[in-house]
Amino acid sequence: MRVMRQYGLRLRRKRALLRAWRRGLDLSCRIDRTGSIGRRDVLLFSVLRNERLRLPFFLDYYRALGVGHFLVVDNGSEDGSAEYLGAQPDVSLWSTAASYKRARYGADWMNRLLRRFGHGHWCLTVDVDEFLVYPFCDTRPLPALTGWLDASSIRSFGAMLLDMYPKGPIDAVPYVEGQDPFEIACWFDGGNYTIRKNPLYGNLWIQGGPRARVFFADAPAHAPALNKIPLVRWDRRFAYVSSTHMLLPRGLNLVYDEWGGEKASGALLHAKWLSPFVAKAEEELTRRQHYAASREYRVYAERMETARDLWCDWSERYINWRQLEILGLMSKGNWA
Amino acid sequence: MSSLGFIMLCHAALHRAEAVARHWAQAGCPVVIHVDARVPQARFRAMQAGLADLAHVRFCRRFRCEWGTFSLVRAMQTASEEMLCLFPKVRHVYTASGACLPLRPVEELRAWLDARPRTDFIESVTTEDVPWTVGGLSDERFTLRFPFSFTRQRRLFDRWVALQRRMGLQRRMPLGLVPHLGSQWWCLTRQTLSAILEDPNRPRHDRFFAQVWIPDESYFQTLARRWSTDIESRSLTLSKFDFQGKPHLFYDDHLQLLRRSDCFVARKIWPEADKLYAHFLRPGAEARPMAEPNPGRIDRLFGKAVERRTRGRPGLYMQSRFPNDGWENGRTAGSYSVFEGFSELFEDFEAWLARTAGLRVHGHLFAPERVEFAGGAGVFNGALSDSAALRDYSPEGFLANLIWNTRGERQCFQFGPGDGQRVAGFFAGDPNAQVSVISGAWAVELFRRNARFGEIRREAARLQRIETAHLALLRAPWVKARVRVWSLADFVAAPMEPLLTLMDEISPRAPNRPAEAPRMVDLAGFGRFLQNLRNQGMQPTLTGDFPVTEDPDGTNRPRSRPYLVR
Repeated sequence: MRVMRQYGLRLRRKRALLRAWRRGLDLSCRIDRTGSIGRRDVLLFSVLRNERLRLPFFLDYYRALGVGHFLVVDNGSEDGSAEYLGAQPDVSLWSTAASYKRARYGADWMNRLLRRFGHGHWCLTVDVDEFLVYPFCDTRPLPALTGWLDASSIRSFGAMLLDMYPKGPIDAVPYVEGQDPFEIACWFDGGNYTIRKNPLYGNLWIQGGPRARVFFADAPAHAPALNKIPLVRWDRRFAYVSSTHMLLPRGLNLVYDEWGGEKASGALLHAKWLSPFVAKAEEELTRRQHYAASREYRVYAERMETARDLWCDWSERYINWRQLEILGLMSKGNWA
Repeated sequence: MSSLGFIMLCHAALHRAEAVARHWAQAGCPVVIHVDARVPQARFRAMQAGLADLAHVRFCRRFRCEWGTFSLVRAMQTASEEMLCLFPKVRHVYTASGACLPLRPVEELRAWLDARPRTDFIESVTTEDVPWTVGGLSDERFTLRFPFSFTRQRRLFDRWVALQRRMGLQRRMPLGLVPHLGSQWWCLTRQTLSAILEDPNRPRHDRFFAQVWIPDESYFQTLARRWSTDIESRSLTLSKFDFQGKPHLFYDDHLQLLRRSDCFVARKIWPEADKLYAHFLRPGAEARPMAEPNPGRIDRLFGKAVERRTRGRPGLYMQSRFPNDGWENGRTAGSYSVFEGFSELFEDFEAWLARTAGLRVHGHLFAPERVEFAGGAGVFNGALSDSAALRDYSPEGFLANLIWNTRGERQCFQFGPGDGQRVAGFFAGDPNAQVSVISGAWAVELFRRNARFGEIRREAARLQRIETAHLALLRAPWVKARVRVWSLADFVAAPMEPLLTLMDEISPRAPNRPAEAPRMVDLAGFGRFLQNLRNQGMQPTLTGDFPVTEDPDGTNRPRSRPYLVR
């Protein structure tokens, strides 16, 4: 039975790699600066569409953390994102007009690039509105973390998605290019997350936060998943199965301790709830390129009319990673 | 020239090792550097060239060093011999690695050692007394043979160990040696070190230790015991290991901690820790008064890290801590009280409890329509929602979250057979829970309900069935909660005593005992009501006995407000 299951997972992994190869044919390389990747560089992989406004801060944030090179897939932006990225010295750019949905919401493209360029590197796979926070991130750059993970024989690092939102209607304060999004969206839910284990892949399935509280209060099973494993010491045999929520082989999903201890973990601050989202939600509704027939976006569109404010009396104001550690949203593990 | 010499073993981050060597050499201390033969020649030459201007920095013959093998001892021996031979004034020889960093000016270390001219500082403990090794091998480091590489030939290594164990193969220690282990970062006197190196039996010892596992942690530690006249069993180098046995790294943010530790040398330093290197290697650091090394704070910091990694925070469920059943180390984060039947029997129980105990008291948290948070709040600590659907998605998680979010403040809530029952199994197995049940109290609520009797009868049967199952659960052998059960009749007969017991447990330091009692529901006619249920074929078994007829004079009738016994 166990052998059968393992073989089943192996097939799934192979299939994911095959899909990645096939969908990868849709990618055309616009700017290839991968020759400048150093042997020890931390690489960042991302898929985006019309994110020109957010890009400057995004790139600066991760450069400051010590990311060595950005590998970006541009899925048909019309707002000059591609041109902006092309002008950056540490970005390699691919573009495609193919369907985001058919590439399993970008995962196939990511797998393709990860397999080609990520082998042997620490690879961070994030969206443009996700900002990694990890223990000591204010004093130790990413290579310190990855070096420690290497020394501890850890191959993957979990970082839960933490939805950040402003107080008041989300478009009340417009986001300006280059601005720290968490100056506006600085609130989050501190302790309303539900966790269950996925028996097949071995990962945890985390739901909750403001989206569950406001948009899915009567259908919690449909609330979006918040568990993420964005940072992996990549090997060409690895594959993301569903977004960055889980990977194969399944051992990579064991970013949690089952015997009472705490493993080190971080958080992905999610700056989705900002003014650009309003227009985006409308567009996504017509494009229908998102998960489960864009159910999420349909719910947002319905509820946005009535519940434009995600803030509540018990929202926490974000200060730093230590606060998240104390709240129990992330942990230092035995990194001290 | 100084009476203190340093031996450095380097294999990576040579530029940092170079800076440290320069620091020591400029303070007048001779330095002999061993660079791993696996380091490319070009980088070695660059380091040599960088230190060429310093007369008493020497490079010794290079060996290929592999962790866990004798090659490291060989390197130390060669470097020591060179040190003793080339620098006759040296009295103490200090071993350091390329990732070491001096925390105090060399002057202080030298003065400190000058005050202890005959003492050898080498951590050296017997294998029998100290379980200091991680991963099993302690005695067997000496009694087995290790021809295979741990890092490259792991499988062969493990199999070979297992085979020797099974066959009972044992080696004998060379005569006169008692196995000792300890940190390889020692500081020995010329006398002891030369006695070890010039021992006529050295070839025999070397042969023996060449087959010992991790000999750099035992060679000098064992032999020093034989020759030294004054051993102080500790390392002067601050070095901490985590629960996997790998050294903790120090980063820029440890600067203050390291400064206040008063240790002489620390390892391992992260090679990119610019601030640490800049601070501790800055020229002209003032010598401060003699202080004993005091790594206590650092010990605590790293001790906490190990504790967090192995035990975790009780009651926390999160992305990187999701314990299996029974491994929670505390199912919830703090104590809480579950009251069953109290708010049915007393008219103002929640308000009374809140007033008396000074706490926020919830209604039925697991009520079917919505979560009845204290004060009717729609959202509670940690942004917990009052949506019943969200709560029922994971009732156990909901309760664990609530207790975690309100750490330091005891939670009290009502529970009963009308509520979702799934969570009961969770709190019954939780030693933090104090569960107090007045069995059959749901009947009081039915007694006062304005509804058809047939409906009431059906509801009574349903609630009784649920509560019977619930009470059976609370009596299960695995239950860890503090459970108390009274039947309604018993409780009504003497309500104050159990209430006071509970209050004592909830707030033991409360300044005064409750000034007032909660007001009990008027139970006139309740016995008749129960009899009616019986007459309709529904036997209330959980309420206890209530007389059917009221006493005309009212002597046996429960008082509507129990008095207090002071």
